Amino acid sequence: MSKIKRGVSLYSFQEEMFLGQMTVEDCVAFAASIGATGIEILPEQNMPTFPNISDAQVDEWMAMVARHGCHFTAYDMFLDTKLRKDRLMSDDEQVESIVRDLKLCNRLGIKNMRVLVFVRPDILGRCVPYAEELDVHMGVEVHAPWHIEHAWILRTIEEADRLGTKHLGILPDMGIFLKHYPPVWRARFERQGARPEITQFIVDSHEAKIMAEYTIFEVAVKMQGNKAEVAMAETLRHNPYANPKRLADYAPYFRHIQAKFYEMNEDCIDPSLAYEEAIDTLVKCGWEGTLSSEYEGNRWIQDVSEVDSREQVRRQHVMFDRLIAQAQTKYGTKEPA
Amino acid sequence: MFDKYIIDPATVRNTGPQDAPDGFAFETRLGYYRGLTLSMVEELNVGIDGEVFPRDAISFDEGGGLLTLDQMETAYDRRWAFGAPATIFVKCAGGFPKGGHTLSLQQKLRISYMPFPSFNNDEKQVSFG
Repeated sequence: MSKIKRGVSLYSFQEEMFLGQMTVEDCVAFAASIGATGIEILPEQNMPTFPNISDAQVDEWMAMVARHGCHFTAYDMFLDTKLRKDRLMSDDEQVESIVRDLKLCNRLGIKNMRVLVFVRPDILGRCVPYAEELDVHMGVEVHAPWHIEHAWILRTIEEADRLGTKHLGILPDMGIFLKHYPPVWRARFERQGARPEITQFIVDSHEAKIMAEYTIFEVAVKMQGNKAEVAMAETLRHNPYANPKRLADYAPYFRHIQAKFYEMNEDCIDPSLAYEEAIDTLVKCGWEGTLSSEYEGNRWIQDVSEVDSREQVRRQHVMFDRLIAQAQTKYGTKEPA
Repeated sequence: MFDKYIIDPATVRNTGPQDAPDGFAFETRLGYYRGLTLSMVEELNVGIDGEVFPRDAISFDEGGGLLTLDQMETAYDRRWAFGAPATIFVKCAGGFPKGGHTLSLQQKLRISYMPFPSFNNDEKQVSFG
């Protein structure tokens, strides 16, 4: 049996929560209903009184999650280095802010903290003693356009190795595996005035894995693209396709994955992200952790249709089950090499 | 990500004496997927039919008491929660103009992990009076 567990990030339901159509508990209840019992939270989104959270509030949260047969998987931190207009936070202030989050994470009984990708590795190194004491793994989010072997990400890996700690590593966001251009993105740019022949050119260029800057120049300068067309071409700059096989090499450094997605079609297939390759790799290497849904499609469709985050997340979990089973059949039950 | 929801056009109302309003107010929500300390809300640019009000005509209340934009710059202990309505007050002699007009709002936010400020834009048709 694969040791991969399924969960959801509350980020997935941001449209419905923002509009007051779903409460946090509605999200947790829904997750439980599809067997996605691991809950990832964003305290700065889901806890209106943040950063002031009383023990009673902590108890209420833990009781609520338990009531639905769920458990917490990860805590998404933020770091407001630009809190003040006149200067950046000092290094000491940054450490203090991260330690504040580590403590709340620990009070909630959460073992994984998603660290924003821009946080400096040396600052995280200073936080390691606290993370060890509180038993929280700090995972730097590997978010597109970074990728697992990007030099910036490798600095965190090197810092973790240098300190010999198990409490600092990474946390991959599956958005780095954008194999095909998302149809919902293209459709939105076309609604904004992008011409189909230009959007086809951009999709074809992405499909051919041509480096973004060539395509942007073609569209903006040679084709004299309009605003929507140039904006669409510029999305390529932030969405390269990284090799999912690299997940295996760095598996010891991550325990949680943000399963980003933009759209699941009616056949429960993700038309753009390389989940098949990624899950194959994770099962093959025996990775143990949670695939945590992160639906980010609302912003691409809300101008024309109702957002149904629940249905989108449900379909993604049907896909997870299918792909995990498929990989298990392929690799059998043997223990990882 | 929530631009189309940041103005609530149903909440537009005049402020000051009923027969001689000195401004108007409306509810807004933060166009961001988490809450934010008020010091990181850099501008709230309000316009009517494309005419943008000066910075000192604007004040704001998320529930903690009225602040000017200058005062918000150092409001490190006050937060605008995710999805929560706050009120923008605009000094405008005579109140909101009668008839149909376009009310616009641009929120300029200082988001630490982004290299540039975040701008959220919305405009709504408002029929008033």
